[in-house]
Amino acid sequence: MSIFVDKNTRVLVQGITGREGQFHTRQCAAYGTNVVAGVTPGKGGQEVDSIPVFNTVSEAVNATGANCSLIFVPPPFAADAILESTDAGIALIVAITEGIPVMDMMKVKHYLQDSCSRLIGPNCPGIITPGQCKVGIMPGPIHMPGGPIGVVSRSGTLTYEVVHQLTMKSIGQTTGIGIGGDPVNGTNFIDCLEAFQNDPETTGIVMVGEIGGTAEEEAAEYIAQHVTKPVVGFIAGLTAPPGRRMGHAGAIISGSSGTAQGKIETMEANGIHVCKDLGGLGDFCAEIFT
Amino acid sequence: MKIHEYQAKELFRDFKIPVPDGGVAFNVEEAQSTAEKLGSFPVVVKAQIHAGGRGKGGGVKLAQSAEEVKQVAGSIIGMNLVTHQTGSEGRLVKKVLVEEGLNIAKELYLSIITDRATAMNVIMASEAGGMDIEAVAAETPEKIIKVFIDPTIGIQSYHCRQAAFGLNLPAAARKPFMAMLAALYQLFVTYDCSLTEINPLVLTAEDNVIALDAKINFDDNALFRHKDILEYRDLDEEDPLEVEASKYNLNYIKLDGNVGNMVNGAGLAMATMDIIKLAGAEPANFLDVGGGASSEMVENGFRIILSDKNVKGILINIFGGILRCDVLAEGVVQAAKNTGIDVPVVVRMEGTNVEEGRKILAASGLNLTTAVDLKDAAHKVSQIVTA
Repeated sequence: MSIFVDKNTRVLVQGITGREGQFHTRQCAAYGTNVVAGVTPGKGGQEVDSIPVFNTVSEAVNATGANCSLIFVPPPFAADAILESTDAGIALIVAITEGIPVMDMMKVKHYLQDSCSRLIGPNCPGIITPGQCKVGIMPGPIHMPGGPIGVVSRSGTLTYEVVHQLTMKSIGQTTGIGIGGDPVNGTNFIDCLEAFQNDPETTGIVMVGEIGGTAEEEAAEYIAQHVTKPVVGFIAGLTAPPGRRMGHAGAIISGSSGTAQGKIETMEANGIHVCKDLGGLGDFCAEIFT
Repeated sequence: MKIHEYQAKELFRDFKIPVPDGGVAFNVEEAQSTAEKLGSFPVVVKAQIHAGGRGKGGGVKLAQSAEEVKQVAGSIIGMNLVTHQTGSEGRLVKKVLVEEGLNIAKELYLSIITDRATAMNVIMASEAGGMDIEAVAAETPEKIIKVFIDPTIGIQSYHCRQAAFGLNLPAAARKPFMAMLAALYQLFVTYDCSLTEINPLVLTAEDNVIALDAKINFDDNALFRHKDILEYRDLDEEDPLEVEASKYNLNYIKLDGNVGNMVNGAGLAMATMDIIKLAGAEPANFLDVGGGASSEMVENGFRIILSDKNVKGILINIFGGILRCDVLAEGVVQAAKNTGIDVPVVVRMEGTNVEEGRKILAASGLNLTTAVDLKDAAHKVSQIVTA
C-alpha cells in the first residue's frame, strides 16, 4: 500500500515542453510512472517522447483519463495552472514551481477547499511511492520500495538526505512526500500523517520540518491525539538568524515565533522522537523503528 | 523586501491614507528647508533605516525651532544607530524624515499581515499603540483585536466596523478610521504586501486618525509584477555580499562564524549550518546554490564565500539530484583555478553521478578533503577551523 499515488496513477504534465518539464517527464517515465499526457497552451497536437500534448487540461483529461497533474509552469502563471487542473477534476495536483506569490496561493487554497482536488506543494520536490510511481523531481534510485516507513517533509534535498540514510539502513519507504517550503501550501503535515496512520503498510513515520510558521506544532498536537505509529522528527534551522528568509519563502523566524527550538520542544512534549543530529538520523531511525 | 518609512508614506498618500505633512532630507540644509516649508514648530526628525526601535536608539527627535532642526538633523544624519533590530554593529543613517508635530490624544496600533495557518489576511488592532506589539501579544493578548479576511472576498464594511468598535474610537473618528482601514487593505493586496503596519496610529485631539509611522514589507515572490516597488530598494540597507550574491541568483545570507558552506537546497543548507555548529564550529553563512546550479554558479558561490575574511574553512555539501555531482565537481575545480581558493575545503557529495564527481576531484590535484558522509564532513571542517 501507499498514500496518494501508486501504479494506477495516470499523470499529465503541465508545462511539458519547457526545459524542466521535459527533463523531469523523462525521469518520471523512466522510473515507471504512467505519464499519459502533457499540456502546453498553443502546442496541442505535438508529442514529447510519444506522449501527446494538449492545449488545455480538460482536453487532456477527456482524451487520456489523467487523474494526477504535475506542474512545472513558471510562477506568474502557476496559480492559473493549478486552478485549471482543479476545474478539470484532477484528483491530485503536484506543483513543483517555486516563487508563486503568496496572495495567489491564498486564493488557490480557498478555492481548493470546495473542490475534490488535493494539492501537494507548491515549491516542493513532489511525491513518490518507491517502485511504483514518481510524480516529482526527486532522484529515484535513493529510494527503497516496499516500506514500511512514510516520509513527509517541507524540504527537497534535505528529504533526499533523510531517505538516503533510511535506505542505507535497509529501511524502505511506503511513500515520500514533500509538502513544500512556501508559507501557504496545499496538503499539510496533518493530511499526510492521517493518511500514513490509515495506511496498513506504513508502520512508522519520519517528519522533516524547518523554521517558520506553526505547522510542526499543529502536527505534533495531532500526533499526540491521533497517531499510534512511532514518529521520528527532524527540524532544520537551529542556527538560523531571526527575521531572515532562509531560501524557502516560508522559512523565516518572525519575532519569537517559528524557531527550531520551540518546534523541537513542542514535538518532544507530544511524544515525537526528535533527532538532533542529521548525520546520525539513519541510526536513530533504525533504533526507533526496529 | 523592506522599504523606508518615507517611501511607505508616499504609498499611503497614493491610497489617501492620512499621514503627517513632511518630507525626506539627505542633509542638514534639506532638513531645515523642509521644516521651514511645514511652517510651524515643533517638527519631528526621524532617522530612516530599515529597522524598528529607532526612537529608543536616539534616532527620533523633536525640534522646537529652525536652529534646533539644524542641531538635531546634524546629530542624526551620519550617526550609527543601534536598535534591538540592527544588532550591535548598528546602521549608518543617511537620511531623515522631517514631519509636522501632531496634537496627539491617543496612540493606537494597526496592521495587516498574511496569516499562513488560515491562508487569510488578518487585521490586527490595539488600543495599546506605540509599544512593541509582540510584548503586548505576550503579556496582554486580550488587548489585540484580530479580524480575519477571506482573500477571495476582500475587505467588507463589517470588518472595518469590528476594528473601529474594538478600538473604542469616539463616534466622530469611526468613519475616517474605517475609510483609512479599507484603503490600507487595498494597498496591501494591490502591492502584494506581507505586512503593512502603523505603530502608532494617532488619534488627534480633533478626532482625526493619522499614520504617524508606516512600515511595509513586500512578498519577494510577487515583485515581478511590481516594478515600481523595486525602485524603492535601498542597497545601503543590505549586506554588500548579499547584494553581490543576488546578482548571480544565489541565496546567500552572511553570518558571524568562520566555516563557509555551500549547499544545494534551502532545507539541507540550514541543516548543514546546524551540523557545523553541532560539531563545535560556527557557520559563516547560509548559501543555497539551488537545485539546478551550473558550474558557473558554484564558482560565483566560492567567490562570495571567500570575500568574507572570517572564513577559515569551507564545507561543500551537495546531494545530487537535479544538480549532478560531476557538474559540481567541475565547478569546484574551475573555481579553484580561477579564484585561487586559499582555505581548506571539505567536500561531501552524494547522489547522481557521485562516482564521476569524485574522480574529477581526485584527478584535479587540488588540496581537497573528501568526506564519506555528513557527520564526517562536519567533523573534518570543524577540526580544520579549531586547529
